[in-house]
Amino acid sequence: MRRFLFAAAAPVGALAVTLVITSIALILFGSNPLEAYGDMLSHASKLETQVDILNRATPYYLSAVAAAIGFRMNLFNIGVEGQYLFALLIAAQVGSLVALPQVFHILLIMTVAMAVGAAYAGIAGVLKVTRGVNEVISTIMLNSIAISGLIALLQQRWQAEQENFTSTTLGTNPIDESGLMPNINGLLEIFTRDIGQGKELTGVLLVAVLVGVAYHLLLTRMRFGFDLRASGLNPFAARAGGVPPKQMIVAAMCLSGAVAGLIGMVELADTGKFSPNPIKGLGFGGIAVALLGRNHPGGMVLSALLFAFLDVSSGILQNTEAATKEIVNIMQGIVLLVAVVAYGVTKRIQTREEARATAEALRSSEPAEVLA
Amino acid sequence: MKWLQDQPAWIRWPIYALLGILLLTIVQSISDTERLTATPTSREMLRWAVPIFLAGLGGLFSERAGVVNIGLEGMLILGMWFGAWGSIEYGPWIGLAIGMAGGALGGFLHAIATVTFGVDHIISGVAINILAPAITRYLSDELWDSPTTSPSTESVGDWDVPVLAGGSLFGWESPDVLLTIANWEWWFLSDVAALTRGLLRGTHWVAIIAILLVPATSWLLWRTRFGLRLRISGENPSAGAAQGINIIRYKYVAVIISGALAGLGGAFISTELSGLFQGGNSAGRGFIGLAALIFGNWRPGGVLLGALLFGYVFGLDLKDLDGTASHALLLVNTIVLIGVAAWAITRKRKADAILATILGALAFIWWVAAEAVPNWWSNILPYVLVLLVLVFFAQRLRMPAALGQPFRKGDS
Repeated sequence: MRRFLFAAAAPVGALAVTLVITSIALILFGSNPLEAYGDMLSHASKLETQVDILNRATPYYLSAVAAAIGFRMNLFNIGVEGQYLFALLIAAQVGSLVALPQVFHILLIMTVAMAVGAAYAGIAGVLKVTRGVNEVISTIMLNSIAISGLIALLQQRWQAEQENFTSTTLGTNPIDESGLMPNINGLLEIFTRDIGQGKELTGVLLVAVLVGVAYHLLLTRMRFGFDLRASGLNPFAARAGGVPPKQMIVAAMCLSGAVAGLIGMVELADTGKFSPNPIKGLGFGGIAVALLGRNHPGGMVLSALLFAFLDVSSGILQNTEAATKEIVNIMQGIVLLVAVVAYGVTKRIQTREEARATAEALRSSEPAEVLA
Repeated sequence: MKWLQDQPAWIRWPIYALLGILLLTIVQSISDTERLTATPTSREMLRWAVPIFLAGLGGLFSERAGVVNIGLEGMLILGMWFGAWGSIEYGPWIGLAIGMAGGALGGFLHAIATVTFGVDHIISGVAINILAPAITRYLSDELWDSPTTSPSTESVGDWDVPVLAGGSLFGWESPDVLLTIANWEWWFLSDVAALTRGLLRGTHWVAIIAILLVPATSWLLWRTRFGLRLRISGENPSAGAAQGINIIRYKYVAVIISGALAGLGGAFISTELSGLFQGGNSAGRGFIGLAALIFGNWRPGGVLLGALLFGYVFGLDLKDLDGTASHALLLVNTIVLIGVAAWAITRKRKADAILATILGALAFIWWVAAEAVPNWWSNILPYVLVLLVLVFFAQRLRMPAALGQPFRKGDS
C-alpha cells in the first residue's frame, strides 16, 4: 500500500501542478480555465469521443512501449519517430503489392513493419557497440535521414509508377480491403450503445493490449527481460553475471524498433495507404508517455490515455472557443516536466526512508549480529 | 604534417582552410559545377553555420559543467519565438536579447530539473524539447492568431567589409577587391577570393558576434578562475566541492548561459534569416549543434569548424537545384574517405581503414555512374556526415569526465 501511494503521489501531484500552471496561463490570456476544463470533460464523456481517445491512445501506447524497452536498460531510443514513419511507408507499399487472404495479408503487413522498424533501430545499436557512437545522437540523425531523405525518395519513386496520377492518389497505392485491420466496434458495443457519427474503434487496440501484456511478461517472467533490467540497473554486475552487453544493446534496440514499427498500423487501418502527410509526433509523444508512465506497462496505459484525451480535447476547445486549443500541448509538456522532477524527488525520499529503516533495524538488533 | 602541427593556431587554421579549398577547386575543375567555390555557397554556409555554432557553443558551456544538454533544440525554438516577439515589440537588438532570455529560461528549467532534482539529463532534455514548441504554438496563437507564424520581424542587419568586399566607409564606396580577383578566374586564387567574399559581404552582425565568441569562450573557460571552476564542475565536482567551490551554482550558471546561446541562435533564425517566426524553421539545428559539439571535441574552435562543415553541406544543397554540386561533393567525399583510410593505416586501425575504403569506393562508384544526385540525397547528407564523423572519430574524443553524472551537495 505504501509503495503504491509513493508511486501514485508523483503523477497525481504533477497533474495538480500542471492544472495550476495552465490555469494561470489561461487566465493571463483572458480565458476561463473552469469553462475550458468543463468543456473538455463533458466532451470526453461522450462515447464517440472515447472512441477517438482510444484510437489515439493506441499508437501512443505502442510508441511508449517501444521507448520503454530502451529506457529499461538506459538506452535512449529517440528515433521512434523515424522508425515508425519509415516502417509505415515500406509496410504500406508491400501491402499494396500483394493480394492474400485477410489474416495473412494483415500479418504480412505487420511483420514487414516490425522488421523495418527493427532493422532501422538496429543501425543505431550496431553503431553503438561497434563504433561507440552515442545512440541519442545517432537516432536523432537517423530520424532526419528517414523523414527528409528516405521517405521523400521512396514516395517520389512509387508516385511516379502510378498510372492516372491525381492529387487524391498521393502517397502509396491503396492496400486491398483484405490487408486492412477491421474495426472492433462490435466488441465495444457489447458493453455500450451503438457508436454513432461513423466512428470506428481501431482493431490495432487489441494488438496494443497484446504488446502490453507481452512487455509485462518479458519484464517479469522471461530471462531476456531480466537481463534487460539487470543491464539497465548495473551493466558491470550484469556483465559479471554473464549477460553479454553488446548483444543486449543490439537486441534491445531491435526489439524497441520492432514495436515502433507497429505504431503506424493504426493510421494504415484508417487510410489504407501511406498518405503524403502522415500523423507526426507520435514517436516523441510516446517517449513522453513512457516517461510519465515510468516505463510500467500499466502506468503507460494511464499516461497514453491522458495524452490522447488532451490531443482529442483540442478539437472541442476550438469549437467552443473556451480557450486556445494549443493549451493541450502545453499541458502535455508541463505534466511531463513536472512529473519527471516529481519522480526524482520521490525517489530521493524513498532512498532516504529505506536508509533510515535499515539503520533502525540494525540498531534494534544485537550488536554482535551486526558485526558478524 | 609534423611541421604544421607545431605551428600556432593562427597559422595552422588558415593553412587547413586553404588545403580544403584546394581540394574543392581540384574536384570542381573536373566537374560540371561552379558552386563548390562560389560566393553564394560560402554565404549560405555562414548563414546555416551561425545557429548551429551558437547551439553547439551553448552545449559546450553546459557539458563542460557536466550537464548533458539535449534540450538545446527546445531552447533554440524558445529563442526563435522570443526573438521574433521581442523584435516586433521592441526593435531588433532588444529582440535578440529577449530571444536569449527565452532560451535562458529553457536552460533554467533544465538546470532546476537536472541539478537540483537530479533528473536524468537526457530525460529532462527530451521534456524541454516537447514543452518548448508547445509554448511557442500557444503564445503564437494567442498573440498572432496563428500557431505557427508571426508577422514579419525587424533584423539588426548585415555589413559589407570595406575594401575587401566593397562595403562603404564613411560614405565612401570602397572597391570590391575580392570580386575583382574572383572575376579574373585564375585557378585556385579566384576560388579562394570568391569563397572569402561570401563570408565578408552581407555578413550578419550576429555572425560577427558569433565568431568573436570563439576566442571569448576560450579565454573565459581556460584563462579565468570562473572557467576553471566551471570545468571542475564537469570533470571532478567532488574535488571542486572539497575546495569550497559552489558546484551547484556553477552548473546553474553554465546551463543558463547554454540556453541563452541557443536562444541567440534561434533568434538569429527568426529575425535575421526568415524575417519572421515560423514553427519548424529550426530544422533540427539544435541537435546538429550538439553533433558539432561532439565533432569539435568539446572545444570552441572545434565547434565552429563542425558548424561550418555542416553549414557548408546545407548551404550547398540550398543553391544546388540540379544536383550537380552535390554530385561533385561525392568525389570530395571519396577523397576525404581515402584520406581517413590512409590515416587509419598509419594508426594501425585496420577496421577503420577497411570501412573508410569501402565507403569511399561506394561514393566513387556513385560519382562515376550518375550525372547528378537527386535532391533527397543532398537533404540527408549533413546528417549522414554527422554519423560518419562519429563512426570514425567517436572513440578518439574526450568528453568531460563527470558528464551526465548527478551531483548533490555533500558528495565529496
